Amino acid sequence: MKKGISIKNLTKVFVINQKNKVVAVDDVTLEVKPGEFVTLLGPSGCGKTTLLRMIAGFETLTAGDIYIGEENIGAQTPDKRDTAMVFQNYALFPHMNVFDNIAYGLKIRKLPKTEIKQRVQKILDLMKMNDFAHRVPAQMSGGQQQRVSLARALVMEPGVLLFDEPLSNLDAKLRIHMRDEIRKIQKEVGITSIYVTHDQSEAMGLSDKIVIMKDGVIQQIGTPREIYQKPINAFVAGFIGKTNVVEGKIMSTNNSNYEVDIQGITHMVKSDNKLSVGDKVSMMLRPESIIVEGEQYDGIVTKSMFMGENHEYEVKWNDQILQISESNPFGRDIYEIGDTMKIGFDEKALHIL
Amino acid sequence: MSNNKKQIVKDKSNFQLRMITEVEVMKKVFSDPILLGAIVTVLTIVTMFIVFPLVNILKESFIYEDKFSIHHYSEIYRLSYNKDIILNTLKLGVTVSLLSTVVGFIFAYASAYVKIKFKKILNGIAILPIISPPFVIGLSAILLFGRMGIITRGIFGMKNAEIYGFHGLVLVQVLTFFPVAFLVLVGLLEQIDPSVEEASRDLGASRWKVFSTITLPLMAPGIANAALLVFIQSVADFGNPMVIGGNYTTMAVQIYMQGIGSLNMSGATALAIILLLVSVSAFITQKFYLGKKSYVTVTGKVSRRRELISEKKVVTPLSITVILVSIFVGMMYILIPIGSFIKLWGVNYSLTLDHYKYVFGLGFKPIFDTLKLAMIATPITGILSMVIAFLVIRRKFLGRAYIDFVTMLSIAIPGTVVGLGYVITYNKPPLVLTGTGIILIIAFVMRSMPVGIRSGMASLQQIDPSIEEAASALGASSKKVFTSITIPMIKPALFSGLVYAFARSMTLVSTIIFLVSAKYNLLTVATMSQIDQGRIGVASVYSTLLIIIVGSMIALMRFALSKMGVSQEDIKL
Ligand SMILES: Nc1ncnc2c1ncn2[C@@H]1O[C@H](COP(=O)(O)OP(=O)(O)OP(=O)(O)O)[C@@H](O)[C@H]1O
Ligand SMILES: [Mg+2]
Repeated sequence: MKKGISIKNLTKVFVINQKNKVVAVDDVTLEVKPGEFVTLLGPSGCGKTTLLRMIAGFETLTAGDIYIGEENIGAQTPDKRDTAMVFQNYALFPHMNVFDNIAYGLKIRKLPKTEIKQRVQKILDLMKMNDFAHRVPAQMSGGQQQRVSLARALVMEPGVLLFDEPLSNLDAKLRIHMRDEIRKIQKEVGITSIYVTHDQSEAMGLSDKIVIMKDGVIQQIGTPREIYQKPINAFVAGFIGKTNVVEGKIMSTNNSNYEVDIQGITHMVKSDNKLSVGDKVSMMLRPESIIVEGEQYDGIVTKSMFMGENHEYEVKWNDQILQISESNPFGRDIYEIGDTMKIGFDEKALHIL
Repeated sequence: MSNNKKQIVKDKSNFQLRMITEVEVMKKVFSDPILLGAIVTVLTIVTMFIVFPLVNILKESFIYEDKFSIHHYSEIYRLSYNKDIILNTLKLGVTVSLLSTVVGFIFAYASAYVKIKFKKILNGIAILPIISPPFVIGLSAILLFGRMGIITRGIFGMKNAEIYGFHGLVLVQVLTFFPVAFLVLVGLLEQIDPSVEEASRDLGASRWKVFSTITLPLMAPGIANAALLVFIQSVADFGNPMVIGGNYTTMAVQIYMQGIGSLNMSGATALAIILLLVSVSAFITQKFYLGKKSYVTVTGKVSRRRELISEKKVVTPLSITVILVSIFVGMMYILIPIGSFIKLWGVNYSLTLDHYKYVFGLGFKPIFDTLKLAMIATPITGILSMVIAFLVIRRKFLGRAYIDFVTMLSIAIPGTVVGLGYVITYNKPPLVLTGTGIILIIAFVMRSMPVGIRSGMASLQQIDPSIEEAASALGASSKKVFTSITIPMIKPALFSGLVYAFARSMTLVSTIIFLVSAKYNLLTVATMSQIDQGRIGVASVYSTLLIIIVGSMIALMRFALSKMGVSQEDIKL
């Protein structure tokens, strides 16, 4: 059942009129292994939905190929593809109850009645939706509808499951709950999945692999850790979480170990980039990797905000503002605006862009 | 409020509490003389010109030789001729409503779902019959398919082709009324969320399966709705059956024949009551039963634009159907002006101005009379509609539900019934209005007002009342709030109401045919009497003039309004 997806040099151009066109997806190449959960993440309009709809068959391909398993599906209509989509607005059939909604695809496949019943029942159990089987969509909450929409796709046991921001209509708490639910079910069933979201914490929590897109172009593909800790460029660094970028100069090299001078202090930094002595480099440093009372540099606090689980500062350091996040600041006085703060950089976290 | 007083309020029954609220509401109304004046005026108008005439018909229908009697009804039951007329009307209504809904659905589907060329033009042609004079299509049908028709006689050489009768009537009514179904259905189709259909396709459904298991079931209530609306129009239709019905008489025609032709008003009343029951019950079914059964609203907002179907096997047959029907409708409109220059249709196709000479020889009076009365009626309709819409939606007062209900129901009252009601009510003291221009203006206003009120109400409902409340809080009186806040905000509804009222007044036949007199001769009535006498050329002249006047007035009003900053989009018809 498990099938991988392989996308090769995929491009989509929307022609708006004689003069204007939009390159929504630009030469995208992507491998998704069987059973993998991949998230597409990027700012609004970067082509996530378009890419997903091309895989599902709702948009024609301008160039490139899509394979599901060994099969090139580029020319197939949506009904012939082994994909099932979970829509952002659920797209439940309003004139059918939950049971019929879920059974719809199986009926189209002309499966025997008893098998349909059995499979729908199984999914209803899995989703804990038994009590709702006879309700119509209008009689259910957003979260319940969302589960039906997930069930309707899952019951098909498709080769590939596609999600287009399925949680964006839910409130924060329900969103986290459903996120965990989706992950659990996907793990259990093990369907190859592509998931579109705006929400980076959703992407972090769910994915085996994250794909960061910008203007139709893939910026980076990696595990959540790689994306967070070793972003490939400033865009990716800035898109995932808060970040600081500091400048430095290479003093010496030893394989992939570099001595970098930052404002007169030398730091040991690891990098796979090929660099030589004298090169100027930009480095990324996450707010939680700046150590308060670190005894390396002095800064002036310009913002101080208690957020509950951590305390956030903005500190003027040389000519730039650093974001600093200190967790668990128990037993220590809080720095106020105008205070001088001693800070240090965690060398292991310095990442050369 | 002191504790003591609170206790008193708590002890009151629900009924008493409601009475207290009503009294408070009325106090408020009485402290605002302009509001009070408006309410009293509207109540009077609605009662005098909608309710009272109907009550009179009902009363009259049970009086025979000055005594209470069911004579008129038993007469209908006794005479098989009358029974046939009732059956005729129903048969026509059902047939036309089914066919019109099918044609309207094809147009709507093609318009909302399919990639076809010249969509705007095709939609425009489809809507033409709604604003055009009622005889155009009937007259064209005679020119095309009549005994002397170019198609029947000219192409197929048939000697005895008969357009008059059931089949001709069906053809003409379907072409006249399918736009009604089209407009209802296209609105609903556009509200279906495309992702619902994509979901079905994604789950393995073919295009046809998507249509049959998703689109069609979702549209079912809407389709029934459209069919009922067409049914109401078909049974109420007077012009077409009059012109083309031949021996196939319908109730609307019979009411007129009996009332005016045989001067047997009371005989006509029973038939009028039955016709009224038929259309009102269809309307109530549509409004209160189907109105609640819409799925389309459930699917909520449309998430993304629909990807139009471009597969040849869908596009080609639909395009051909739609284009053919449009060409047919278009041809019917072109034929009328052409016919007005033809010496004797079917016999002598040489060009002539004779018909124009004849018409102008009779004088310009019908043209001026019609224009004058319609131009007086139009602004009255516009303002009255908006005032009523405002009162019903935004004010609380005793009688509000009454006004709301009566004006809504009046959409379904057949024009002939209203005409009959006016004749029997206003031809004797204390108020003699028959034969005057006033009653004609009243008829114009009352026939176009209900639609105006509904569109005014629809647009008011989309405007947050707190905007008006803010104006009141800043010290504006009721009148000031209405003129300075409400009217500007519902300008589009007001203006489209004006255009509609004018077109409708110019082309009205059913009601006014009871009310015209030697003093006022109207274009539509003149056209009809010419058709009746077989002077097709002359009738074509009148119809051409009517098309030109209505068409250019609409264009002129649109132009004037666009100069005033109302966008074309806002002046929908
Ligand atoms: N049918 C279409 N016609 C023309 N342009 C389109 C169409 N669909 C999408 N686009 C354009 O393609 C680009 C990518 O759109 P897409 O919907 O894929 O973005 P997205 O990443 O899903 O954004 P969001 O996060 O806002 O949903 C946008 O610039 C959009 O305007
Ligand atoms: Mg999107």
